[in-house]
Amino acid sequence: MKNSQLSIDQALRKLKGKELSVTELTENCLKIIKKNDHQINAFITVCDDHALTRARSLDRQIQKTKDVGQLFKKHPLLGIPIALKDNFCTKGIKTTAASKVLADYVPAYDATVTSRLLKAGAIIIGKTNLDAWAHGASGENSDFGPTKNPWNLKMVAGGSSSGSAAAVVSGMALAATGSDTGGSIRMPANFCGLVGLKPTFGRVSRYGVIAMASSFDSIGHLTKDALDSAQMLQVMAGNDQNDSTTPSKKVPSYRSFFGQDVRGLKLGIPREFFDQEIDPRVKSVIKKSLSDLEKLGLKLVDLSLPHSVYAVATYYILVPSEVSSNLERFDGIRYGFDRRRFSDEAKRRIMLGTYALSAGYYEAYYEKAMRVRNMIKKDVEKAFEKVDLIFAPVSPTLPFEIGKKVNDPLAMYLMDIYTCLANLAGIPSLAFPTGFAEGLPVGVQLMGPQFEEEKLFQVVGAYQQQTDWHSKRPDL
Amino acid sequence: MTKLKLTKDEVTHVAKLAQLELTAAEIQKFQKQLSQILDYIDQLKGLKTEGVKPISQTTGLENVFRLDEVQPSLSFEQALSGAKKQKNNYFKVQSVFKKSK
Repeated sequence: MKNSQLSIDQALRKLKGKELSVTELTENCLKIIKKNDHQINAFITVCDDHALTRARSLDRQIQKTKDVGQLFKKHPLLGIPIALKDNFCTKGIKTTAASKVLADYVPAYDATVTSRLLKAGAIIIGKTNLDAWAHGASGENSDFGPTKNPWNLKMVAGGSSSGSAAAVVSGMALAATGSDTGGSIRMPANFCGLVGLKPTFGRVSRYGVIAMASSFDSIGHLTKDALDSAQMLQVMAGNDQNDSTTPSKKVPSYRSFFGQDVRGLKLGIPREFFDQEIDPRVKSVIKKSLSDLEKLGLKLVDLSLPHSVYAVATYYILVPSEVSSNLERFDGIRYGFDRRRFSDEAKRRIMLGTYALSAGYYEAYYEKAMRVRNMIKKDVEKAFEKVDLIFAPVSPTLPFEIGKKVNDPLAMYLMDIYTCLANLAGIPSLAFPTGFAEGLPVGVQLMGPQFEEEKLFQVVGAYQQQTDWHSKRPDL
Repeated sequence: MTKLKLTKDEVTHVAKLAQLELTAAEIQKFQKQLSQILDYIDQLKGLKTEGVKPISQTTGLENVFRLDEVQPSLSFEQALSGAKKQKNNYFKVQSVFKKSK
């Protein structure tokens, strides 16, 4: 197996055992990027010199250290090449949000997540492509060209964390960060056959991540399996002085939940979701996933989330409103270029939001949507009195052809039909692969109560012990 | 042809509020697209929401304070590092008081 196809857990064991050097691992990732990225377009910036310099320095440190075990305990991601979505600020490294507005922006500071990953010993291998400003579900809204799906280069990789997904599944990085405002980690994870975690809103600091919708943005990551996902969350999660929406809630030891008994856990199946139109090929994989989860001992429980049918409409009032406010700062004065460089989707969302917030429309749109959000949140809270987890598909379609939906903004918005619920309610969700159709990955998501990510890991960890969808890789 | 929800004037007005310059072709394109989206969003009109408290976030947190003490922050150089126009450690902006053409 190629070194860069190792999971974080496997790579750490090899690095600790000195079977593999950090430099070899990093070089492996860079080699794959050099060979394939001109086709896939996962990266906006590749940090080759930076990464190799750091790799060599980490190797020297490992060689010098007597207690290697202690060193890896102190730096739990030591030597692991990780890609950062290009809306994460990295000090001294260009950060563009995939928009021409920030084409030359070099932040003077690191996002909190960036510094936590670096402190944990990770290597930043590069900055990945995304839908500009994280506006999108396919990756096609990038100002630097769409990222192709490594499983089939004619298809979209999913968005908005498109480059992050493509990078991890093709071996260009062992993990990648993402942001999920309405599904932007889960959709690309789903389309590329990866595990994607959208943590509870506030579990991970948003400081230094270019803001899209400040009451929805959830900072997370994409990995090959649930164990890696838990490793990443362990490093990234926790209260941050610079983000006052991160509670002081303790971060549990996520790894300790793997292997714990899942029998008897109640899995809610929202009937409104299954009333929606879904590609029959996707539907049949999802049906099988449900029966596989049942085989693990989970109890399937019928559930109603009556206001979930309004989720997309509510989302597309609240999010563009918050977007219109967050993108006001891009005027070319303190950084970047002026607003004439915004592309179509950004302009659409800014205008939708400005309209919904304007005098005469505020009550009918924004305030109304805030009430519906509360009703949706209450539905979800009521559901968790009955069940431990909520099951849902991630996408109503298979990964589709590049260009197919790009001229129909509303059709693209409707891709969020299963994913935006978690963002409206502020709950965590873990997307994971459960099969294939037409050679393309299909997956599902499990949602849990706020700050109970460990439950998600427990179940998906158990699922991944009995199945091997998560170990499939595309032929590149 | 069904009447579009937004008029061209409304699109122009909203663009102006948002400091966006649009071409005539863009105004027409966005008028159609935004109207379509607003039509979809209209389904919320029929939902009864009286008495439901509007929420603006999901954490339940309120008034997260810190001590009013000076903390280390960016230097002038760092803070100005992205500005294309600067003078004497200030960001240079367009004139607000002079009449524009």
